[in-house]
Amino acid sequence: MVKVGVLGLQGAVREHVRAVEASGAEAYVIKWPEELKEMDGLIIPGGESTTMRKLIDKYHFMPELKQFATEGKPIFGTCAGLILLAKEVVGYEEPHIGVMDVRVERNSFGRQRESFEADLDINGVAEDFSAVFIRAPHIVEAGENVEVLAKHNGRIVAAREGQFLGCSFHPELTEDHRLTQFFVKMVAETKEKTTV
Amino acid sequence: MKTGTDRVKRGMAEMQKGGVIMDVINAEQAKIAEEAGAVAVMALERVPSDIRAAGGVARMADPTIMEEVMAAVSIPVMAKARIGHIVEARILEAMGVDYIDESEVLTPADEEYHLLKSEYTVPFVCGCRDLGEAARRIGEGAAMLRTKGEPGTGNIVEAVRHMRQVNAQVRKLITMDDAEIMTEAKLLGAPFEVLMEIKRLGRLPVVNFAAGGVATPADAALMMQLGADGVFVGSGIFKSENPAKFARAIVEATTHYQDYELIASLSKGLGSAMKGIEISSLAPEARMQDRGW
Repeated sequence: MVKVGVLGLQGAVREHVRAVEASGAEAYVIKWPEELKEMDGLIIPGGESTTMRKLIDKYHFMPELKQFATEGKPIFGTCAGLILLAKEVVGYEEPHIGVMDVRVERNSFGRQRESFEADLDINGVAEDFSAVFIRAPHIVEAGENVEVLAKHNGRIVAAREGQFLGCSFHPELTEDHRLTQFFVKMVAETKEKTTV
Repeated sequence: MKTGTDRVKRGMAEMQKGGVIMDVINAEQAKIAEEAGAVAVMALERVPSDIRAAGGVARMADPTIMEEVMAAVSIPVMAKARIGHIVEARILEAMGVDYIDESEVLTPADEEYHLLKSEYTVPFVCGCRDLGEAARRIGEGAAMLRTKGEPGTGNIVEAVRHMRQVNAQVRKLITMDDAEIMTEAKLLGAPFEVLMEIKRLGRLPVVNFAAGGVATPADAALMMQLGADGVFVGSGIFKSENPAKFARAIVEATTHYQDYELIASLSKGLGSAMKGIEISSLAPEARMQDRGW
């Protein structure tokens, strides 16, 4: 069984742990950088990206997170997690981890009263995925190696670039674990390749 | 596409888990809170300890304050409406506030009925002291709960009491036979369907934060250990000697609530915390927690 870490600094950690376990992998809550070493894949959950970034800096997570990405291990960012993964964030000079070739805009659908549920067609994952968007970001621009997996009203809301998977919405808030299963499969395939 | 669904409203609170929500009275304080790592701010005209000191009728804050705070930070902004004050709540919703606290800290506008929160697009948080109160608020549509504690006192004892009480009653409920739930609903004054949902899930269907008396990093960590999903800090931060440092320490203590060495080092040289009030010295009419029905 592959080991999937869930960055446990703040946000919907418990829900991701449940989704990972339901998808047939072992889930670990990661609170310190050294705990990353044992993981085959990592999920950066939804929450407040500004808060998570402060805590990432405070506990010197950044070098370890970048190393994790350099080793080719898969990372899945949901909502705030997508913002942390992106190489560019609209309105900010510097990205956070800055590894996924996408440009994202924070809170791009509006404030909480504009938060919504919508059905999505996620390429290769599900044709009828009920997605929950909460003060969600969206991908304004995707690099040439980025595969767009889903759009909502013309806006990119899910994408994959090799080892990186990102989405604007919260798959952890529903009982539909197909997107998490897709990620767990990415982790298993990567692990298989590196151990061969 | 649907807005204002239970999932969207409850989900918003799920994203705040493990975080600290701080009371602020202007844009400058809001920026300090965001910089310290707050997951949201509560925009107010006065923090609870000043409301207590000022006396008189406490109402929704001047919309200018909410506007200023919303413009100053990118994290969610919450605001308080009086219990049962339909129009204050609708004003806050129309302004685009991200979460409304139907709060006993303000003077109630209705001494019989709370807001029917299920009718709003914006989500609500409400205070509770026991499972009956928690379930009534959920029944009305609250998407998030918090302990009432005793706001503006800097005394954690009431928040501890309320958190323990709710959790003990939830534990009892989930071991009950289905046939016993209706009588329990009658005894608690709680809606039957909400109790059935709690029993089925094995927990409350919404997050439950600690609030009302959190004054130190150790207080925040204590509430997390007792099962809080996160922490509201009202007067504690901006009534302390060094708000920025205090705010950062409370954020870290909430994240690492079981790391005592870390909390020890965070607690060093913070300067004095807010001055506290012994609960038994409060006159009955000064007890905010008794507001709400």
